[in-house]
Amino acid sequence: MPHDGHDHDDENSELSPIALRVRALESLLVEKGYVDPAALDVLIDTYENKIGPRNGAKVVAKAWTDPAYAAWLKRDATAAIESLGFTGRQGEHMVALFNTAETHNMVVCTLCSCYPWPVLGLPPVWYKSPPYRSRAVMDPRSVLAEFGVTLPETTKISVWDSTAEVRYLVIPLRPANTEGMDEEELAALVNRDSMIGTRLAGRVA
Amino acid sequence: MNGPQDMGGMMGFGLIAPEKNEPLFHAPWEKRALAISLAMGGTRQWSIDASRHAREKIPPDQYWSLSYYEIWIEGLERLLVDHKLLEGQPKQVPRLEAARVAPVLAKGSAYTRDVAAPPLFNIGGRVKVRNLHASGHTRLPGYLRGATGEILATHKAHVFPDSNAHGLGENPQHLYTVRFLARDVFGNSSTDELHADLFEPYLEARACPAKV
Repeated sequence: MPHDGHDHDDENSELSPIALRVRALESLLVEKGYVDPAALDVLIDTYENKIGPRNGAKVVAKAWTDPAYAAWLKRDATAAIESLGFTGRQGEHMVALFNTAETHNMVVCTLCSCYPWPVLGLPPVWYKSPPYRSRAVMDPRSVLAEFGVTLPETTKISVWDSTAEVRYLVIPLRPANTEGMDEEELAALVNRDSMIGTRLAGRVA
Repeated sequence: MNGPQDMGGMMGFGLIAPEKNEPLFHAPWEKRALAISLAMGGTRQWSIDASRHAREKIPPDQYWSLSYYEIWIEGLERLLVDHKLLEGQPKQVPRLEAARVAPVLAKGSAYTRDVAAPPLFNIGGRVKVRNLHASGHTRLPGYLRGATGEILATHKAHVFPDSNAHGLGENPQHLYTVRFLARDVFGNSSTDELHADLFEPYLEARACPAKV
């Protein structure tokens, strides 16, 4: 199967050096018998189509509507999240951080790109890049400003650096005027960045 | 190690510039880079700690000029060379078969371990971060060295990356979430808080009471 959507003979001439390098490495690993080519397609399909921030949004919406679930999430986030079917790689040890009027939580991994994959999928480029990793711990308010979020001076910002294998999911504040909404409608208001802590819940403009 | 990965508190990297409607992958090769990295991880020839260390050993000028999936590929190539998987006859490794991908991902790998030693610190206890400069892999970010904080949560013992990355065994150590005041770490007037998950060998007891 072609890897880059090109099927013609001169395809290599169109590929960047890194694309050629990855293709060569993949071919070598398959040839050596280390990698099952079909497994690669399953891995990609998993993170393109099955695991992503809609999972986390379901957790948040349930926490907003079900006080018993929210209490469980506070007590044992790994089990509470597993009960919705979200488990596994990079989410083995989960902690949920509940935003309040007094405290806003923000998650970073200054040392690499640790991120709760089962609930949020793969991290966005900015999460893995030097500007966010360097500034989130020292200057979180300027980070929020870049995302268009300005919090009152009286709101404390609580930053969580994912330095071990514990993974954090922010439970954002439920937006105002959503009293009549069901879980599905509420989940639609939960954007990915609000579960990292760089935005608030609500529709992203 | 005091490598390019240890970025907390560095300055000068510029704007975060979050991309609107960011695609999951920015080029087809990124998908393949992710997949071969995960598939090779699935052969269990090295730990996640070793793969992180392979990436942070990339020289700083190179590391900071690479995109994240480029860093992964650079790290993967280094691991393949270090483990001599590319030279001579192929080694026998447990290949991650397509049918096993879903169950393997869904299971993950828990990092908690049972240890006989009780934890040295309790919730609410004051601790000071040791002034460590490990030459190998460590998960102690440099910006926390010397800072005093409070144990917020205990997580039982976890695999110790500083040992495991170097093939020296899991050497499980108690893990704590430690809360710091941002002003104690960065010397500013911030009222914000910082937390990190720190292993017991990174910490020492601090007897002085907390100043409020």
